[in-house]
Amino acid sequence: MSTLVATNKKSFGATLWDYLTTVDHKKIAIMYLIAGGFFFLVGGLEALAIRWQLVQPMNDFVSAGFYNELITMHGTTMIFLAAMPLIFAFMNAVVPLQIGARDVAFPFLNSLGFWLFLFGGIMLNVGWFTGGAADAGWTAYAPLSTTSPGEGVDYYVLGLQISGAGTLMGGINFLVTIVNMRAPGMTYMRMPLFTWTAFVASALILFAFPALTVGLFLMMFDRLFGSGFFEANMGGNAVIWQHLFWIFGHPEVYILALPAFGVFSEIISTFSKKRLFGYTAMVFATVLIGFLGFMVWAHHMFTVGMGPAANSIFAVATMAIAVPTGIKIFNWLFTLWGGSIEINTPMLWALGFIPTFTLGGMTGVMVAAASADYQFHDTYFVVAHFHYVIVGGVVFALLAGLHYWWPKMFGTILDDKLGKITFWFFFIGFHLTFFIQHFLGLMGMPRRYWTYLENQGLDLGNLVSTIGAFLMGVGTIFLLINIVKTTMKNEKVGGDPWDARTLEWAIPSPPPFYNFKQLPLVRGLDPLWVEKTEGRKGMTPAEPIGDIHMPNNSFLPFVISVGLFIAGFGFIYQKNDLSWLTLVFIGMGIALGAMLTRSVKDDIGYHIHKEDLQKEAEES
Amino acid sequence: MSEQDVLNPKHMPHNPEKATLEGKNKFIGFWFFLGGESVLFASLFGTYLALNDSTNGGKGSEELFGLELVFIMTMLLLTSSLTSVYAMYHMKNNDFKKMMVWLGITVALGLGFLCFELYEFNHYIHEYEFTMRSSAFGSAFYTLVGFHGGHVVFGLLWFISLMVRNAKRGLNLYNAPKFYIASLYWHFIDVVWVFIFTVVYLMGVL
Repeated sequence: MSTLVATNKKSFGATLWDYLTTVDHKKIAIMYLIAGGFFFLVGGLEALAIRWQLVQPMNDFVSAGFYNELITMHGTTMIFLAAMPLIFAFMNAVVPLQIGARDVAFPFLNSLGFWLFLFGGIMLNVGWFTGGAADAGWTAYAPLSTTSPGEGVDYYVLGLQISGAGTLMGGINFLVTIVNMRAPGMTYMRMPLFTWTAFVASALILFAFPALTVGLFLMMFDRLFGSGFFEANMGGNAVIWQHLFWIFGHPEVYILALPAFGVFSEIISTFSKKRLFGYTAMVFATVLIGFLGFMVWAHHMFTVGMGPAANSIFAVATMAIAVPTGIKIFNWLFTLWGGSIEINTPMLWALGFIPTFTLGGMTGVMVAAASADYQFHDTYFVVAHFHYVIVGGVVFALLAGLHYWWPKMFGTILDDKLGKITFWFFFIGFHLTFFIQHFLGLMGMPRRYWTYLENQGLDLGNLVSTIGAFLMGVGTIFLLINIVKTTMKNEKVGGDPWDARTLEWAIPSPPPFYNFKQLPLVRGLDPLWVEKTEGRKGMTPAEPIGDIHMPNNSFLPFVISVGLFIAGFGFIYQKNDLSWLTLVFIGMGIALGAMLTRSVKDDIGYHIHKEDLQKEAEES
Repeated sequence: MSEQDVLNPKHMPHNPEKATLEGKNKFIGFWFFLGGESVLFASLFGTYLALNDSTNGGKGSEELFGLELVFIMTMLLLTSSLTSVYAMYHMKNNDFKKMMVWLGITVALGLGFLCFELYEFNHYIHEYEFTMRSSAFGSAFYTLVGFHGGHVVFGLLWFISLMVRNAKRGLNLYNAPKFYIASLYWHFIDVVWVFIFTVVYLMGVL
């Protein structure tokens, strides 16, 4: 394994095996992108079905029960199976390159994290085919969730448990990568903002996901093994679920939003041809938002009856988040100020994001006023608020990042004209869909209801909202066309198509599997720009060409994930028939056996030899 | 560092657990992991504290718990943490044999703890019919203490497989971090038990 992998075309089987066993963070990024993109389309179709049901009063496009499944799966899919993995796609593709690392700290865990996410996501959706998906809302509040009949909620519980474990591994991996594997000279205060936000988001994952793990375990014990955590008859308390869920769920918002801020910071700085205004303040604001994100979970529970003292504390803590977020908004504006701005697709998304997200933030402060929240709670006002934040912040960032980093990931560039068409359809459609929902909510339209009466003042608003949703769908179709067209044309671009500033653009697109032939010497913020202003084309190396240590591929992560997937079915169906426990033993046996194999087999990787690197350099 | 230097180092550095990049990554990564585990147990403790009086008319903690048994269990586990410190001390002095001896003692003490815990659960179930399904208190008790017990089982299996695996190869820069983080994990289990001892048993009886 010491020679460089040949670049000629491989058979389909070989390629498939390559992806099933890969531990290369760039290939894992592509898999996250494909899987997350697929679930994004699934969640989008669910959203369109919801909007079609609400297009007119007393509609009967779907049944009430099916509608519950649609809203539950739309929320769950979009948060856990689309937004998170797509964020992970960019973190995998970009973070090691931005800090000048050859790899992530734990390549094996990285691959395991992906497969756990994928099999957890599949498990969540299996419910659709076995008599009904989860239908208790994406928040799965007890006792609604503990009493929901069938297996839908069981699939929710076990699917999220499996994919959550994968996410936790990803978080730890990025934390260690960023702490330990930065290139010489890459101090913390020289790290690009996307890496900073990935760092803080990973810390949030680390401290937020275990709370979800516990919540899901308690739910699983209640549903499958007869315990009584949320069962009032046994002395249980359903509010515990809400606390655990939101101790996870609120930081989750920032796990998504912070990397989104990072994406925009990169894009705005690159296409304004300026270093980011107030870099230090941006870092400080990122850390502060991350910290405050943990202090505010109970603002989701103002109407539970925690009392005025608790409500006030959480209200004030919540409003405090507006301060660092405001710092960020102004820093982006000041970065634009006086820059030589180039407006292309990624930049359009960034420019669209600023006012959209600001609106979402403002309604956030409104909802954070505990007394007023009694009016907003569980209405479309809240629906509008969080879609402004999650779509206007996170999805815009994902689409911006997709256009921005596509050349780095695939070596081709997405068509700018089609990208702009995508933007305008999506952007206008988005505001049509959700702006009007603020007013629908203020007029009393409740969230999660599958239909409404006519002549209540809700007809026109809902019609407009549905039209907007379909415009977003059209925008997505243009994005798909763009991707297919670009891939078919396969026009290669160089390493630095945007004339960008950070390290990932200093190497070819797509990068070689060892990333950096020689580790770069970082001499300031925006290291590539530093070199360019001094008249050099690439980075100054920090080391002579030498052997590069690489990890071995492994099939075990896939096997472990399959094992847990199988065991999941055993856990679910043993509640009907104990003989299903056999599946638990088989599945756990496979998973634990694979883990044992992993730990008793020495796997110290291999080296790419200096001579091969030099030969390759001469040939190219 | 080449494969040979990692598997057969010419001389062992003083901190073999973090002499290589992989070792350093494992070292820091595991500390992060323990941070996450703290949240896991904090959530379980919170749940327990919310439900420890919800006995649903059944037996409560005063009637169930006996401090004598818990005292023995605590002593066994605390001592096992100390013996794993001795093991790591010998690892740093590159004395593989003594490290294995002390790890063996650690495992024996852990197994002792586990036997007492099994006896305790069995006692509650058969003597008092106190199970996970009796009340919310029962659910919370068995989940919190059971999660800890599960961690003990995993830790023991971890130590044993490491010891069996490396019995003939001795210490090198590849397995030193593995021994080290297993002992970190063991200390963490111990710290969690101190909290269980206080929050569950002492506060439950006094």
